[in-house]
Amino acid sequence: MRIDLNGQTIETQARTLADLLTEQGFESPCVATAVDGDFIARPLRSGTLLNDGVKVEVLSPMQGG
Amino acid sequence: MFYGVDLTSRLMLGTAQYPSPQVLLEAIEASGAQVITVSLRREGAAGGAFRALLAKSRCRLLPNTAGCHTVREAVTTARMAREVFGTSWIKLEVIGHADTQQPDPFALVEAARVLCAEGFDVFPYTTEDLIVGEKLLEAGCKVLMPWGAPIGSGQGLRNLAGLRSMRAHFRDVPLVVDAGIGAPSQAAQAMELGFDAVLLNTAVAKAVDPVGMARAFGRAIQAGQEGFVAGLMPERDMASASTPVFGLAELA
Repeated sequence: MRIDLNGQTIETQARTLADLLTEQGFESPCVATAVDGDFIARPLRSGTLLNDGVKVEVLSPMQGG
Repeated sequence: MFYGVDLTSRLMLGTAQYPSPQVLLEAIEASGAQVITVSLRREGAAGGAFRALLAKSRCRLLPNTAGCHTVREAVTTARMAREVFGTSWIKLEVIGHADTQQPDPFALVEAARVLCAEGFDVFPYTTEDLIVGEKLLEAGCKVLMPWGAPIGSGQGLRNLAGLRSMRAHFRDVPLVVDAGIGAPSQAAQAMELGFDAVLLNTAVAKAVDPVGMARAFGRAIQAGQEGFVAGLMPERDMASASTPVFGLAELA
């Protein structure tokens, strides 16, 4: 399945958002996630199924003003 | 008081654009700031180092929604920030125009209403417009953050009369001048007007010596606040000699 992860098109075997984070090597507690523009809270990641073409954002704490 | 939190330092410091994480850390220390702003981004190479730095700093975090142009983007970003930073504080920015970085007041009020209802402590980045301020308070905000000048411009308090009116109009609301401050004197001026805090980033981060500038801002803000508390003398149109005339010798 092809999805959009942080603006890049990738091929993934992951079926859920939680699987995707593991597959892509994210440190799960350190990131926040959104799917198609909606926030997905940490407890809901394993129940969030990914569809072809879905847009996933995985964001981290960064510098800001 | 900012959402029930009393701050001894009235400087809120941004964490972006410093030459290195070490300089940032030293600048935070030197400034005496108890609140630092942070953001959420796709993780780059320096992400791990920044997390380590946040863990070292004893500051309260104020995550922002920088770069958001719509209610939806800002609300989603705020929700993500609350989870990852573990705070309900959010510096709400909904930018109306990329060139001016001017807030979109309509979207700002709408986003503030959504977030306040969800229990966020919203710090809205707004203009000095009094009606927008009132709408933000109605939406549930308990702090207002008018701009001094466009973000990163270093122009200082561009609408002094407007900011003065805002201070007079919202007597009991904590007001923070956010953005546009370029020099310590400008931050002191905001405090002398009776503002409760100043939020800045670029003026420190882009100084030749960010640590020295952070210290200078910390002191200027403290001086300005003490000056306000002590009560400034009223301005006069004409001179008024300070040395008494009584007892003046006749030497002519």
